[in-house]
This record gives sequence, structure tokens and C-alpha cells, in this order.
Amino acid sequence: MKDNFSRTVAYYPGCSVEGTAKEFDESTREIFRVLNVALREIPDWNCCGSTPSHIYDPLLSAAISGRNLAIAERMGFYEVMTPCPGCLKALKGSIEVFNNPLKRKDLLNILDMPFYGRIKAVSVVQFLVEDVGIEEIERCVLFPLEGITIVPYYGCLLTRPPKSAQFDDPEQPTSLDRILEAIGATVPHFPFKTECCGATYGVVRKDIVGRLTGRILEMALDLGADAIAVACPLCQQNLDLRQEQIERYRGRSFKISVPYITQLIGLSFGIDPKKLGWHRLAADPQKLLTRFDKLSKKRPTEPPTIR
Amino acid sequence: MRIGVFVCQCGTNIASTVDTERVAQEVKKLPDVVYTTTYMYTCSEPGQQEIQRAIEEHNLQGVVVAACSPRMHEPTFRRAVEKAGLNRYMFEMANIREHVSWVSNDREANTKKAIELVRMAVAKLRFNQPLFPSRVAINKRVMVIGGGVAGIQAALDCADAGLDVVLVERRTSIGGKMAQLDKTFPTIDCSSCILGPKMVDVAQKENITLHAYSEIESVSGYVGNFAVRVRKKATYVDWKACTGCGVCMEKCPSRKVPDEFNEGLSFTRAINIPFPQAIPKKATINRSYCIYFTKGKCGICAKVCPAKAIRYDMTDEVVTEEVGAIIVATGYDLFDPSAYGEYGAGQYRDVITGIQYERILSASGPFGGHIKRPSDGREPKDVVFIACVGSRDASVGRPYCSGVCCMYIAKQAILTKDHIPNSRSYVFYMDIRSPAKNYDEFVRRAQEEYGVQYIRGRVGKIYPRGDRLVVQGMDTLLGIQVEVEADLVVLATGIEASRGARELAEKLHISYDQYGFFMENHPKLRPVETNTAGIYLAGVCQGPKDIPASVAQGSAAAAKVLALFARDTIETSPQVASVTERACIACGKCIEVCPYGAIRWKELKGGVRKAEVITTVCQGCGLCNATCPPKAIQLQHATDNQILAEIEELCA
Repeated sequence: MKDNFSRTVAYYPGCSVEGTAKEFDESTREIFRVLNVALREIPDWNCCGSTPSHIYDPLLSAAISGRNLAIAERMGFYEVMTPCPGCLKALKGSIEVFNNPLKRKDLLNILDMPFYGRIKAVSVVQFLVEDVGIEEIERCVLFPLEGITIVPYYGCLLTRPPKSAQFDDPEQPTSLDRILEAIGATVPHFPFKTECCGATYGVVRKDIVGRLTGRILEMALDLGADAIAVACPLCQQNLDLRQEQIERYRGRSFKISVPYITQLIGLSFGIDPKKLGWHRLAADPQKLLTRFDKLSKKRPTEPPTIR
Repeated sequence: MRIGVFVCQCGTNIASTVDTERVAQEVKKLPDVVYTTTYMYTCSEPGQQEIQRAIEEHNLQGVVVAACSPRMHEPTFRRAVEKAGLNRYMFEMANIREHVSWVSNDREANTKKAIELVRMAVAKLRFNQPLFPSRVAINKRVMVIGGGVAGIQAALDCADAGLDVVLVERRTSIGGKMAQLDKTFPTIDCSSCILGPKMVDVAQKENITLHAYSEIESVSGYVGNFAVRVRKKATYVDWKACTGCGVCMEKCPSRKVPDEFNEGLSFTRAINIPFPQAIPKKATINRSYCIYFTKGKCGICAKVCPAKAIRYDMTDEVVTEEVGAIIVATGYDLFDPSAYGEYGAGQYRDVITGIQYERILSASGPFGGHIKRPSDGREPKDVVFIACVGSRDASVGRPYCSGVCCMYIAKQAILTKDHIPNSRSYVFYMDIRSPAKNYDEFVRRAQEEYGVQYIRGRVGKIYPRGDRLVVQGMDTLLGIQVEVEADLVVLATGIEASRGARELAEKLHISYDQYGFFMENHPKLRPVETNTAGIYLAGVCQGPKDIPASVAQGSAAAAKVLALFARDTIETSPQVASVTERACIACGKCIEVCPYGAIRWKELKGGVRKAEVITTVCQGCGLCNATCPPKAIQLQHATDNQILAEIEELCA
């Protein structure tokens, strides 16, 4: 396929970005257009199997994700990028199973299609930092987020477990910090950047998520943050969608915006907030956007408004 | 030749996966083999007597023992055949334990391989020649590398016995890590009060030569006759003239030099004496901070020095010390806790290491012995200790136990209570390891008399709350998460191999393990000997241990040196290269490849040159043998004929 992009990468969106995390997908596609990287969505991709499949049988999970990888390989890709850390772990798990000589045969039998295990799975954040580069992001910034304080929240999976993640420092990662600094934001040291948000316990044990997500939100507020930058649909859901629930649980008002890192990058690139899906966030980001608008000396043609 | 073969069962070690009877029967069929048998434990006294009896009864001229590795019992069996009147080199060993029975459970394949190995040994033995060792004089001087407590003990014991001792220390003063400690467990002795007199002894003994601020450049020679090149690094102060008055240090204008002795908690000067009890008590200029060296002008120390000892033009000097034995006591370094991002060491100023706390506790430390937080100088009320930071954790490449942290935490918690009676101490630990005399009682005292809170579990996170730190961890006994607010967090950083240990090991030709600790010859029975004759180990360079064990090893290594020096000469192995002069074409290739410089030219009548082996220097590596085009140079006991015979037998 001929196009004008400087490079092309296979893109595995995953199920959450078709649902609750639509804005992660939208903003990812938008910023990569500016960064001159073509995203080639894997045709006929299927669900990664998520937690249920790998808890039931790691081989099942490997096969489910292996199909997506095999298709990407057939398209000639050596790298597949996904926004969701959960999908990423499943994709990497599949490659790990492939690399295990005792299990490879079983995996290939189930897959019943050619798979050579040459492909590498990366998160959007890892691709931004390692393939695109911080300097390149910085170069594309038209409206630096100056004067806006943002804390980066990595969650559990983006850099862990270190053996499979192979990215950044597992306990004190800096990749999101560096991206946020590159787009001009003020980034305080956030001690809870890798603390667990409670993940899927939001469904069955609200008290756990209330406590875990609550303390993350509180720490962010105490540090004077205007927003918490995230890179995981599940973390975002707990911090954003459940924020009101947690406010009731903790007896404290947060009202803090929880955008995806890609949405913030897009803002700094001068992309229309609506195209970046800012209107989809649960905790109203209007305050943040107005502040951004006021603080930006050179404003984009259209002032960023939503809703 | 009349050959006897003894197949050892090694209890069940060999017999369980090798049919030893069949091995014995099969090799009986070989030409020259006149006697074969199996034995339960051939290395035992009756086993050896069995060999000796067979030699007499069957007039054996050569013996093969198929048993364990020759590293284990070759010397044993060589002595046994010698007692029965054979030359000790008319003996061969086939390793059917480490190389066969311990490797596989396949009895049939094992038995076949064992038979092949014995056939090879027999084939080689047919070409064996009686060899005779020569004797060389022992140079009865000993070098001790490393001036920590283990090295000091070894040096003093050797010196007390009348030996000339050369003590080499990398830093500007001896004393090692022990000199940095405040008190020692479990007696709460003042560390520098018990070490100080020993350090002074080193300085005062006339038969100890101390090279401080020196490193080992290279080592050559062999047991009894080593030549060690020592690099004496430039101190820019003439130590013969320096009186240690300290005026230079007082007047030096470069005042922002991180104090290494205080673990970076305070500043010292560019010219400094590391600590008041330093031995030698001499000043050294730190070039990278000295204004004279960095900016080209200053020279204040030279002006104020009453002894006129400053020498800006000093250069490193290399001296060669000839010694008969070397004791390596190079100690250790401490684990860098920044590997644990969750603890925030380096990020939060009040998260410090155990050795830093040791300096804080010390009266000669950065705060004069008052416990203060590095960040704001406030006296802490709640102190949290975290055990196993860089110990027993494979994820940071340190699966071993450092062995001292449990004890030093208990000591530091007790001392904290002594200094600040209304303070509270908490210890997060995995297990308490206190297996030595009065150790467990000491930990119990910390818990029961001093009220130190021991929480069994790991810490997952440390984060700031106001000007304090929250330590978030697990109490695995209660099965709950706990949070402790602390003013100061002490990480019990573990022991790791000294930096440069691997490089030194390579210079000394001694082995080291995967973590950089030097390997002892046998973990139980030869703990202070290395695999290289004449080189001994003491202290933590061999593996983590505390002060009593290090001191004991220092004395043990000294005893080994004294045993070696009790004789005037030493036997050298005849397993060295030798030149057949008729065949030598004087190409000189052997001289080029010899790593030990053991081959030289020899002038025959009429100016003909031939290679000649200096047998006392040759280590028997065989490089020359492999290189020599006409095969004129042969390694005794591993000649081409012997090796070809083995290969031919294997391929037959």
C-alpha cells in the first residue's frame, strides 16, 4: 500500500476502545496522523481473551491472541501496537508461549495457521517513547500545556511484570513523565504512579476500588494536579467513571479530569478536543480545557470547547 | 606393562546408575590389564590398602582408578600407589562419577561410557613415564591484599610469627568497612575502639610494609615465588614528610567534596585525612576536586604545610614485591538500593542505607553522634528498618542471604532507642537470621527490652506525606496491609562483591562465583584455600560473613601460610613442558605464546639456539605443545602420544 506516511505499524485496538475507551482510540489515531505514522488496523481482529481466558487456560489465551499476531505477521509487520495494557499482556503472553519449546506445538496446532513468532507487541506509550521519540513529539507541539499541572498514572501493567513488559522502570517509570514534560505540562513527582487502582474489583468489591482508586485521586489532588494522565482503559474507568462513586465512598469531592495521555498530546498538537474525544470523559474536563485555552498564548483557530 | 583397574562404586553414587561389575569385566579383556576389581569406597583406607595389596600380588606397573573427578582424589591415589612402590605418575583416573553417573540415569549408556573412559585411561597409562618433582626455595614473605579487619588479622598473625608482611590497601587508610561502623553486635562494642589498636599495631610492626592507596597491577610466578607489581597511586603528598597534622585540610578552600568515609552525608576537603584514626595518618589530594588541579592555581596547602610535604608533580609509582604466598582479603561493597524504585532511595533524602545510619550513629560521624534526618536535621521519632534490600531476591540478581543485616538492624534499633528514648522503631523482615553465639538473644532483647516492632512482610511502597514518609507494607502474620508513618527509613542493604573483584581474580588466576565472590578450594574442608596454590582467602571476599567469621578466616589464612612456610623448599609439579632439542627448529613460537614467560632461548655450542623451559615457572598449560610446528616441545604427562592413544582407543 502506498501512502505518504513515514512509517506504518500494525494496530490492534482491542475491545475496550470500541466501548468505554473510545476516546483512547480516537486520540491515538489523531496524534499518529500528526506524527506521520500510519496505523494499519489488523483486519478481522478478535478479542484478546482478556482475564477470563488466561485464568482458565494460558494456552487458550495464547491461541486467541496468537490469531491476531499471525494475521499481522501475514501482513508483513514486525511490530503490533495496542493502546490497552491488558491486550498487550495477552499478546506478549502469546509470544511467550510460542517461545516455550514445550508449548509451541500445541499453540500452532490450535492456531492452524502460519505463525512465526517474529512479531513484537508494544503499547502506544512504548511506541511513542521508543519508536517515535520524545524529541519528535516535542517538535509537533504547537500549544504547550504550560501552567497546567498533570500527574502521570501508569497503573500496574504498563511496565510490569518487568520480565514480560521489558519497558521502562517497573517501579519508578518516567516515560509518561517525559512525554508530559515534552508537551509543556508541569509534572510533579507522583508517588502513586504505579499503585494499583483496583482493576476489575470495581464490579465485585466496590470497597476495594473505593480505597485504592480513592487514595490515588487524593494524592493527585494533594499535589495540586489539574489532571491525571493515564494510558489504560481500566484505570481510566476507575479513576474517571467511578469518580463520583468514590467521592461518596471517601466523602470528598475530587472533580479531577482523567484524560488519556494521547488526548493531552493531541491538545498540545492543536487538534480539536472533540476529535480527541474529550467530550466522552465522565469527570467534566471543561475547567481544564478553559484553563488550557486561557494559558495558551497562541490559540488554535477554534477555541477548544466541547459539548 | 601390567595394569590394574579399580572400579569404584562410591557407595551408590556410581553403582546406582553404572554397572560397575560389567565395567570391571569388560576392561579385563584389554591387553596389558592383568587385574580388575570393584570396590565400595576405593578412597577409604581399606580401599587404598586393596590397591597396594594388588600392586604387590600382581606385580602391577600401572594403576587405573575409575571413580570421581581427579580434582577430588587424584592426590589420594597417587600417594597410595607411591606407598606401594610405584611412581605416582604411573597412575590414571577415569572420572565415572561427575562425568557419568551424576549426569544421566540411563544405566546402559552410562555403563558403556564408563567402559570407554576406562579404556582411554588404560591406553594413556601405557605411555606414562615415571616423573620426578624438583624442589625450589620458598620466599618466606607474605602479601595481604586488603586492609579490612580480615586482612589486618591475617597480617598481624603472620607478623607475630616473624614473617615479613606486605599489606596492600586500595583506600588511603586501612580499617575497611569495620572502621565505618559505630558499634558491633551482639556486644555493642565500639567498633573503632576494638579495631583501632589493631590498626595501630599494623603501623608499628617493623616487619609489616604497608602500601596504602595502592592497587595490584599484575601477579606472576607461582607458590613460593610470586612477583607482584603494586601501583602506588599518586597522593600528591610526600607521606615520608607528612606528619598528619591536618593544617592543609583545615585551610583547603575546596570544601564541597562528598565525604566517602561518611557515605556522602557530609563534606570533606580536597586534601584530606579520611578519619581521625586513619592508618597511615597522612593527607591525600583528591584531584577531581582540588582547585590547583582543576583551575591551575591555589596552592594553599603547599604554602601552609609545615613539613613542606605537598608534591603536585607526583605520579603513580609501580613497585614489585616478591612474596611466597598471597592472602586475599578484599572485602565487599554494599548493594545499590536504587534498584528498588518502590523505596525511593536517592529520591527521598530520609531514605538512607544501613551504612549511612552507621555513620549517623557514630560520634565521629556527620552529626557528631546525634541522630538527625539528612533532609532537615530534625531528630526522628519513628524509624523504619527494611530488611533484605538486595538480599534473598532473585529479581535483583541477589538470591543469597547477606547474613549480617538482621543483626545490624537489631543493633541499630537498640542504639536508636538508646539515643532517643521516646523513639519508636519498626522492622520489616522476611525471616530473622541470627544463628551464632548470643545472636538470637540479642534480637530478642531488641524486641522485648527495647520494644522494637517487628513486622513480618515486605514493603511495597514508600511515599511522602508532608515532611514524613509513609511506609506501606504487608504484615503476613496478620494477613493485612500496614502503613507506618516514619521520619527516617533505613534500608538494610546487602553485601555484594567488592568492585574490581573479578579483575583482581583474573590477575591472581583464582576463580570467582557468579556474584563475584572468590571461590574457595572446597566449601567445607578447604575454606580459605583457592584453587591456585599459595593464594588464600579471608573475609567477605569469599562470601558474606560477619566480623567474628572474618577475623577467624584471617587467622586461618595466616595459619595456612605458616604451614606452607614451615618448609624451606617446595615441590614443583613435573607436569611441565620439556623440549626435545634435536627436534627444535628455533622458530620461537613457543616463547611468543607462553602466558607465563616460562620459555627462553638457550645458546648451544656454535651459536645454535634452542628453546628452554624454566620448569619452576611453567604452569603446564600446554599452549606451547599445541603451537610447536615439529612437536619438539611436549607437556609431560599429557604428551601428544598419550592424548593420541586416548583418542585412538575411543575411536577404535
